[in-house]
Amino acid sequence: MNQNGHHPKQKTIILNGREVAFFEGETVYEVAQRNQQDIPTLCYDDRLEPFGGCRLCVVDVEGMRNPVASCTFQATPGLVVNTHTERIETHRKTLLEMVVSENRELEVDPLRGYASQELTDLVSLYEAQTGRFQGSQSGTTNTEDDNPFIFRDYDLCISCYRCVRVCAEEEGDYAISIMNRGFETQITTEFNGLLKDSACTFCGQCVQTCPTGALGDLKAMRAASIPLPIAKTRTICPYCGVGCSVDVLTKGDQIVGIHPAMDGPANEGALCIKGQFAFDFVQHGDRLKTPLIRGEDGRFHPASWDEALDRAADGFQKVEEQYGRHAVYGVASGRAPHEAAYTMQKFIRAGYGTHNIDNCSRA
Amino acid sequence: MSNPLRDMEKPDVIFCIGTNMTEAHPVAATRLKKALAKGAKMIVADPRVIGLAQKADIYMQLRVGSDSALLLAMANVIAEAGLIDEGFIDERTVKGETFLDHVKQFPPEWAEEITGVPAATIREAALLYGQADRGAIYYTLGITEHICGVDNVQSLCNLALMTGNIGREGTGINPMRGQNNIQGAGDCGALPNNYVGFQSVIDPENQAKFEKAYGRPMDREKGMTKVTALNLCGKGVHAMLIDGENTVVSDPDREHCEHALRALDHLVVIDIFMTETAELADVVLPATAWGETDGVCTNTERRVQRLRAAVPPQGDAKPDWWIVSQLAQRLGFSGFDYTHPKEVFNEICELSPIYYGLDWDRIEHSEYQWPVPEEGHPGTPRLHEESFINGRGIFSVVTYRDPAETISEEYPVWLTTGRRLESYHTRTQTGRAQGIEYLLPEERLEVHPADVQDWGLLDGEWARLSSPRGSVKVKVMATDRSPRGTVFASFSFADVPINILTGGGYDPATHTAELKVCPVRVEPVNN
Repeated sequence: MNQNGHHPKQKTIILNGREVAFFEGETVYEVAQRNQQDIPTLCYDDRLEPFGGCRLCVVDVEGMRNPVASCTFQATPGLVVNTHTERIETHRKTLLEMVVSENRELEVDPLRGYASQELTDLVSLYEAQTGRFQGSQSGTTNTEDDNPFIFRDYDLCISCYRCVRVCAEEEGDYAISIMNRGFETQITTEFNGLLKDSACTFCGQCVQTCPTGALGDLKAMRAASIPLPIAKTRTICPYCGVGCSVDVLTKGDQIVGIHPAMDGPANEGALCIKGQFAFDFVQHGDRLKTPLIRGEDGRFHPASWDEALDRAADGFQKVEEQYGRHAVYGVASGRAPHEAAYTMQKFIRAGYGTHNIDNCSRA
Repeated sequence: MSNPLRDMEKPDVIFCIGTNMTEAHPVAATRLKKALAKGAKMIVADPRVIGLAQKADIYMQLRVGSDSALLLAMANVIAEAGLIDEGFIDERTVKGETFLDHVKQFPPEWAEEITGVPAATIREAALLYGQADRGAIYYTLGITEHICGVDNVQSLCNLALMTGNIGREGTGINPMRGQNNIQGAGDCGALPNNYVGFQSVIDPENQAKFEKAYGRPMDREKGMTKVTALNLCGKGVHAMLIDGENTVVSDPDREHCEHALRALDHLVVIDIFMTETAELADVVLPATAWGETDGVCTNTERRVQRLRAAVPPQGDAKPDWWIVSQLAQRLGFSGFDYTHPKEVFNEICELSPIYYGLDWDRIEHSEYQWPVPEEGHPGTPRLHEESFINGRGIFSVVTYRDPAETISEEYPVWLTTGRRLESYHTRTQTGRAQGIEYLLPEERLEVHPADVQDWGLLDGEWARLSSPRGSVKVKVMATDRSPRGTVFASFSFADVPINILTGGGYDPATHTAELKVCPVRVEPVNN
């Protein structure tokens, strides 16, 4: 507030010919994103500190000779910014062609990871030619790593370091780092060993932020050959009480993988090994598929719902008749939804007028 | 949790006690790691050198079951150093004077004798927490699974109250809930003392409300806890309906538990797999699993969130609410003619003051943390900001008690139990997820390398653990994560049923089992 009780004039920049406001500390990239001016990036992940490595986000700033990386360039009052001039777009196309010159393949299955299509999408948007620059490649894959979760194909690595940064900045584990520079660049664990012998917790965050599919979700990739589209369903992880939001990936009636929800309030894009990789119990062959009744022979026999529910009800009725209404007890689950716990307690309370109901929180 | 998860990035002093968060709640732990990266200091109290301990500024390796002694001494130091928040104590609390007088008897030197933590370290930790602008406490079952679990929790509350570290951003008393909907099960009234929304069953007004809602007279006395019910199986309790709990493996004293369930005239189990508990049932009813079920769950920060079905059920499996309702209808109970989970959830909201402002459609985007007392209310990310729910915060006069069983000549080693990152509870789910076995193929008893040698054990070889209740065989892993004289195992693996051993005592108020302390004998097995 100033002396007159008015807010001081909001600070602004000129973005593609339009005056737009910015907040203290915002970068040009952030201002542009907020104003629906889509600037391409490869090394950017809005959860991470800006890195300025891929140079695709460069923009023209009046008064500056060379394009500047918008992800690291802070907005200042009166800045005149153009994000899509011909010069910039040509520059981006050339950059993309240099980036993809390293990559053996561009088309990777979207099941590899949440961000796996970023490079492919940009190459097709800019109609970049993949064979223009021929040269050396960086990165080799540790073919001895037999872990069943994280696919690593460093031939597709473009050295954006999002995996290394997400592991350090978001997960706080520092399990992987960058060795060497230039064409010798290699993302690796300490002593170039196996992931399981490193600080890696298999949370999968590196996989999900990789923009090229150099890192992939091995469990999801098993379903790559199923010729069906991928559908996503937003839900909450079934494991601990943190309540991470996830998108369940399905092909037809099959659960094929999990993506962390970047906008999940509890997790903001993070998951752990259980939430990311331990989903396949749902469609495991051991699932109970039909009601079972114990027979005279002491064994379980498959039954229809009517038979099983009748038998279940009959037992409760007999016990109540013989021992009274306090002889029936209910144990609700801490794993099933509210509707399960609520109907369980209502079964006891509305059915018997007692409070002989508990859940599994005491053990 | 009193505070939202996002507040975990805001404290300047973090105090973690009895929580192995990097393994049991890994995603929450990433937020603490971010706070540390921004310069927060962390105090960790745990018998084992867990992941958090390695990141701590001050680590207190206390003896299992000695938490309340440690916390009394911390309160003593804070009071003596004049670090109490007098304004907060005057305006927001009661019994402060009594408490501050009480803790004078418990200097760190007294606690050192009990906990094994050097008095100087206790003093240092207390001063750090006492001087915090935003001190936050995090705990899990390492605090509650003791005969003095309530005392432990109240001791933590005392620390927060005396320093005013509650009701503000980046502070609070924050229990991390272990199961995806354990908070929700309580919210929904699956408790012997509360109706839905934590409305006490002994309150006549609530009794009248629910007699009307459920159309029948309702007991005014509390029901029994599951622990009591298991003790009374065949002697007062004769039928049980168990939904989605592998009681036999997850609960203490397995033999007692199996014996109890076998003593029932009638046992019906609803589950997704044929668990060790379902094996004992008369009727097993197959439920739909996660990913097949529409519904609602509440997380550890009281956030009410939608679960959505992504695939059709396996076989003839049905949602739990449908199964229970069908059973109720067959018994002639009224009010079970639900056709959709939405109707059940909306009834929960209608009957529960903390959910009253919610309904099925309103929780679509996970925005609300209860209490949401009326429509249009934004929810309550942070509890106790202006006042405590019951008016003022009450200091509790707590004293230290030994665990139910203490080490002896016959059982000279402390066993403590817990979780591991890669497995979940009794492995009914993670045990059926491909790849997990690559990282965690079997259970191992964690033993300090010097103890391995002293006790004639061999790393990777078998040992026998015995308690007064039974014995189990387990392979040994030499690791300095365990202190001398204390061993650790999880209860995850069916072939190492560690809960055969546990069950020496229960908290008298909550009936929570002392799963964190069990004196045992450890011997090599030659085969």
